[in-house]
Amino acid sequence: MSTKIKINSQIFQDSNNVYYPKDEVEVSDLIRELYKQDSPTEIIGNNSKSFIGNKTQSANTTSLSKISGIIDYRPEELYIKVKACTPINEIEKVLSENSQELAFEPIDFGYIKDGKSNKGTIAGYLSCNYAGSRRFKVGSVRDHVLGFKGVNGKGDIIKSGGTVVKNVTGYDLSKLIAGSFGTLVALTEITLKVLPKKDSSKTVIIYPNNFEQIYDLFNKLSSSSSEISGAVFIPEQSNDKEFSAKRNNVFKFNDLKSKVSFVAFRVEGDKISIEEKINNLKKELELNNSDISILDVYQSEPFWEKINNLEVFEKTEHNLIRMVIPPGNGSKLCKYLENNHNYFIDWCGSLFWIEVNSKKEEKIKDLKKMANDFGGYLTVIKTSSEYDYGEPIFTVDKVRLMISEKVKQSFDPKRILNPGKMYRGV
Amino acid sequence: MSELALPKIDNSILNRKSEIVKNLSKLTDKENVLSEVDELRPYETDALSVYTQTPLAVVLPENTDEVSEILKYCYSENIKVVPRGAGTGLSGGALPLQDAILLGLGKFNKILEIDYKNKCVVTQPGVTNLGITHAVQHKGFYYAPDPSSQLACSIGGNVAENSGGVHSLKYGTTTNNILGVQMVMMDGTVCRFGGKSFDQEGYDLMGLICGSEGLLGVVTEVTVKILKTPDVVRAALIGFPSIKEGGDAASEIISSGIVPAGMEIMDKALIEATDNFSKAGYPRDAELLLIVELDGTESEVNELIRKVEAICKKNNCSSLKLSNSEKERLSFWAGRKAAFPACGAMAPDYYCMDGSIPRGKLAEALLEIKKLSEKYELPVANCFHAGDGNLHPLIMFDGNDKEQLRKTEEFGSEILKTCVRLGGVITGEHGVGIEKRELMCEMFNDNDIQQQLSIKKSLDEKNLLNPGKVYPILRKCAEEGRVHVHKNKDKFPDLPRF
Repeated sequence: MSTKIKINSQIFQDSNNVYYPKDEVEVSDLIRELYKQDSPTEIIGNNSKSFIGNKTQSANTTSLSKISGIIDYRPEELYIKVKACTPINEIEKVLSENSQELAFEPIDFGYIKDGKSNKGTIAGYLSCNYAGSRRFKVGSVRDHVLGFKGVNGKGDIIKSGGTVVKNVTGYDLSKLIAGSFGTLVALTEITLKVLPKKDSSKTVIIYPNNFEQIYDLFNKLSSSSSEISGAVFIPEQSNDKEFSAKRNNVFKFNDLKSKVSFVAFRVEGDKISIEEKINNLKKELELNNSDISILDVYQSEPFWEKINNLEVFEKTEHNLIRMVIPPGNGSKLCKYLENNHNYFIDWCGSLFWIEVNSKKEEKIKDLKKMANDFGGYLTVIKTSSEYDYGEPIFTVDKVRLMISEKVKQSFDPKRILNPGKMYRGV
Repeated sequence: MSELALPKIDNSILNRKSEIVKNLSKLTDKENVLSEVDELRPYETDALSVYTQTPLAVVLPENTDEVSEILKYCYSENIKVVPRGAGTGLSGGALPLQDAILLGLGKFNKILEIDYKNKCVVTQPGVTNLGITHAVQHKGFYYAPDPSSQLACSIGGNVAENSGGVHSLKYGTTTNNILGVQMVMMDGTVCRFGGKSFDQEGYDLMGLICGSEGLLGVVTEVTVKILKTPDVVRAALIGFPSIKEGGDAASEIISSGIVPAGMEIMDKALIEATDNFSKAGYPRDAELLLIVELDGTESEVNELIRKVEAICKKNNCSSLKLSNSEKERLSFWAGRKAAFPACGAMAPDYYCMDGSIPRGKLAEALLEIKKLSEKYELPVANCFHAGDGNLHPLIMFDGNDKEQLRKTEEFGSEILKTCVRLGGVITGEHGVGIEKRELMCEMFNDNDIQQQLSIKKSLDEKNLLNPGKVYPILRKCAEEGRVHVHKNKDKFPDLPRF
């Protein structure tokens, strides 16, 4: 950490030279000063996801962690406005008291980082835009952001959006901010759409025989009018004893045969409609003579928590890949992954979480090529200690990189905010 | 309407018209280039027909390569370009400029691929919104956003405006229902954002383009998500003796945890107008009419209907009718869908506004509009997407009376300012275009607008693509004291102003 930058302000700075502005005016003052001095800064929240992305090329660190608290929660208007670094746990707690939730189902990256829960802040989560299992039904984080306030790379306080769902006034910058890894603005305020929590849930487990059957199930599930809100495939990984033991332990439920491969899908709603949907789906999926298990709400809820905590990859020291492809190409990818890597599939066949052994960085290159060929993309979410960044951890083509540079320039011309966090030059 | 400020005309372009037309004819079939006065007339306006302007020429390219070549040429010759879809926009976003090419995407009218495995349709932008649903409905699928103009409006235009519709509370607007776009930038660069997979890594450029009103690029292909048609759809038609009781019921439905597929409100003036026009059988004694549509599986819908019924009774509804057949459900909607023509039958002209407010402020907004209607001595009827707070007051006036025209504009502007004051926004789904340009300063301060202009500049450095739209013409904003201009010096002299 460099100590050469002297900021002429009262902004609190700890012994590691991390700045802690306490409100948007202080964030603005700080960034304006850094802008004048051409001195970039890393932007962090509660540090729960700072391991994702490249290491920033900056002399300073700005923590927005003091910018926290609920500003305005209107359950009847289905929105909550919060200061940017409000912990997700705090938001979920207050929503839950009103039977509401963040429908995109935040992933808890704390488990893969160091084995314990740490959902971090909403600003951090929005900056990554990684939605949980319900994504294919309700949309991603970006679909639930109604507006924001923040400070751009020149120190200007800017805002976009509002508190209403229907809003086409000006460019939709909320979308652009989602997934921008703090490279465009330092967020200070976020307004989110919230939705009613479903009364109950059940999870149906099917034990398929082959990959074709898995994708046939996924296809039928996503084509059904009996809506489901989660569908995963957890393969058996018998060739990796250590992983296999962990996997079997994570998915130890009374009503689940966890030692074999299984597809699980979730149905949510009131109790009567859950039964109706399960009966409809049993017919559509031709399951009436198949071996299935049903997890009641007491098993169903923790099951999906484990999925969204990525618990099978808890404290992984290998590279962890997040790959998204059109589901139509999923069975081909499955065949490649079988016996090569530990993995599981979420989003009804679209999202693959893949663990790649630390010494096989070239494998990531192969996977990235496959992601591109299949019409998708991949991100190395967690890198092993041996990862040399020879293979970029994000997927981007030349034209998009060129446009990304231009967009970055329009928010942050001197590259003050998280430079290099996503791509070199951005 | 009142005189409209538009970007300064480049006379050198006007003088070179025949040369430009000749050059454009080399880039596409020469029959796709229109330049005679009578050929240009159909393109003089979009659905905000009070403003008209003849373009320099109209070009109707047939494929992405042609769009790219045309834009490349215009970029190198500094010729402005106004993109146009079906021309159904209500905010003047496709209004031509005298010294600009109007780039019509009407020939991009083919669906390229229907992919049921990936639940998406890849289409050219000129295909109509309803055309997509028609292409997949035999397999039980549909495309969710349903703007009222869905029969005519194009999907490319929907992307440009981020169109919504009656069902957007539950199913979202265009931005939530597209997976990818192919777009050509002003310098001719062809780019692709997203595809058939969910989300995209890096900056969400598709999210930026959606709703950018043709200022950042020309969309030449769209991949949309398709959804399975719900098993059961039922509607309830509920009358209330007062605005407050009806508004409270609508709020309570949402806060009780119900997400209706659609929820519409009509005031007394509109109930009468539409019932006269379409004989929908609406309760004419009601001060406010609520239409609630619920979809899902049978038991789900029955349970929701039971809850909605209880809430409406608690809020003293004066009548309540449930649809028992598809025919009856459609008859409930017949009046609502006839709202615009019904107003058209009551006055020579009507002006449709489009603000969004928090749902809970409905009664307050309607009472304020009533007061304004008395102040300006102009009748108004209100319909309202109550589910998502999107208000459409219809002001009735006589366009031949200059004084009424002026008053209508002022009345409309005051309604939108009221929306902002109540915590809402100046446009929910029609876009800013030229219509609400100057009102942007009601919502955004100088920093906010400069940031948006800065994005525009980064992707269209010469400001050639649809200039004069969305963002205020500086002079007027400055006169009204909204943008801070010190000693006639702009804070960002290097930024374009239009």
